[in-house]
Amino acid sequence: MQKNLHLIDINAIGKDYMDGGTAVRAIREMDFFIDDGEFVSIMGQSGSGKSTLLSILGGLNQPSRGKVLVDTLDLYALSSEQRADFRSEYIGFIFQSFQLIPYLTVKENIKLPMAITSVKDREQEHRARSVLAKVGLDNKGDRLPDQLSGGEQERVAIARAIVNDPPILLADEPTGNLDTHTAGEVMALLTQLNRDGQTVIMVTHNPAMCAHSNRTIHIKDGVCLES
Amino acid sequence: MIFLVMGLLIGIATIVTLLAITESMSRDIEDRLDRFGANIVMLPASKNLALSYGGISVGGVNYQAVEFDQSELAKIRTIKNSQNLGIIAPKILGPAKVNEKDVLLMGAELESELALKTWWLFTGEPPVQPDDLIIGSEAARALGLRIGDPIELAGRPFTVTTLLHPTGGPEDNIIIGELSAIQGVLKKTGKISMVEIAAFCRGCPISEMTLQIAEKFPNAKVTALKQAVMAKMQSIELFRSFSYGIAVLVIFIGSLLVFVTMMGSVNERTREIGIFRAIGFRRGHVMQIILLEAMVVGLIGGLSGFALGNTIAWAALPIVIKNGTFAGINLSLGGVSILLAIALSLLASLYPALKASKLDPSVALRAL
Repeated sequence: MQKNLHLIDINAIGKDYMDGGTAVRAIREMDFFIDDGEFVSIMGQSGSGKSTLLSILGGLNQPSRGKVLVDTLDLYALSSEQRADFRSEYIGFIFQSFQLIPYLTVKENIKLPMAITSVKDREQEHRARSVLAKVGLDNKGDRLPDQLSGGEQERVAIARAIVNDPPILLADEPTGNLDTHTAGEVMALLTQLNRDGQTVIMVTHNPAMCAHSNRTIHIKDGVCLES
Repeated sequence: MIFLVMGLLIGIATIVTLLAITESMSRDIEDRLDRFGANIVMLPASKNLALSYGGISVGGVNYQAVEFDQSELAKIRTIKNSQNLGIIAPKILGPAKVNEKDVLLMGAELESELALKTWWLFTGEPPVQPDDLIIGSEAARALGLRIGDPIELAGRPFTVTTLLHPTGGPEDNIIIGELSAIQGVLKKTGKISMVEIAAFCRGCPISEMTLQIAEKFPNAKVTALKQAVMAKMQSIELFRSFSYGIAVLVIFIGSLLVFVTMMGSVNERTREIGIFRAIGFRRGHVMQIILLEAMVVGLIGGLSGFALGNTIAWAALPIVIKNGTFAGINLSLGGVSILLAIALSLLASLYPALKASKLDPSVALRAL
């Protein structure tokens, strides 16, 4: 009964890859939960399986075994198209290296997740302006991504992730490509979003960034070491 | 994408240029055929065979002077395809003696005759009076006639007003005068030896028209001078088939180009497709994006290719055909070209779009 109250419940998941005929065990076995409104860091060395875990949490990568329950919904019992709808509604992704579409303006990039929803054009414009203001880029909506600094591009990536107001934000090394000062600003923004009610799950290899979260889950060799 | 548009543009432009030139050539030749002389000849039916070949007559059988009644000619205008009839030029033929020499006389409605024989060149004034005569170049030489010379035919005085330049045809050897005057000279008033008919043959069934006329004149032999028309139309048809062949080849190459470019584009955009899928785009949405792009590329390629093709055809026609003129923009060809470009682009993009939609988001995102 208690478990069902968690926003995300990871039940004995594991992930194996085939690499040239050899089975590679990316995640041995993981069992943990994340509650609504938490800011959780997932920390581990490169190759520890943390990015694989994030993609499984985001409904992008079917685990080899185990279950992922989100709001009691068995994520991988859904069809691939249903999981796409789930991502649109529940998940905001903040990718490593920003991953903006280079030929779209800042505002168009931000509007992208709304393109497949029933949100009307006027409302899309309103929401885009609102999130641009929230990340402090009010007057840069018409620029192309390569006309912005790294920190600004990260803010656009965050704005795109939150424009549909998803309950869960998944951030993959959000400060990996930023200098210390800018990284601090981005972390402050994520902290603020968490305070505003968004559940944030962040993958990082930098222990300094974990200080911003409520909880850190350490991963090593595909095994979860709860903090 | 710019290369894809360029590829389609060149492909469609090639097809449009070839087809526009073929159409213009076809129209040009049909127009020339319409302008140049008769294409149906009506003669009295003869039970005897002609014993002449290439202008050499071996005699033995004389031409039986069977004639039509001039009053019956109005029936020609009553055939089903009468709207395709152009000039009707009746003639009377018969021998006469001039300066002690036998010569063939031809009486014709001179206005119709001159309208039909646009290639006739002459010295002097065209005949105006009923007693004015046109003399063929060979006849003028043999009879020693010049412009202004008087001639007496069956006791009636005539004047030479026009000398024909050599044509290489039968008219080189004859004397031509006004129909009624010559009928009087030959004592064949109201009679006609033969009729030459010019039909506007663009799209008109010349063989059917021949049959229609023959039905009205059971005693006549109606012949379509089809050889020249057919030979010219065959060469046009050959060029048309060649154009279609090239068009098919261009379509095939164009499809391959679109396919390869779209596949390359999908491979290059794996990362982008991964982002789309991660933020909630369904497979159908990804397919929509690729196919929408293909449609826009097809539309731009088709429109610009049609414009370029027509421009090239317009510029090239005077070089391809002497004095040739552009037949004009064919809007249905435009519609077909644009639809073809879009269909080609969409079809060739179908597999790349399917591939893109089936990309595993986790694999696509591994490129991130």
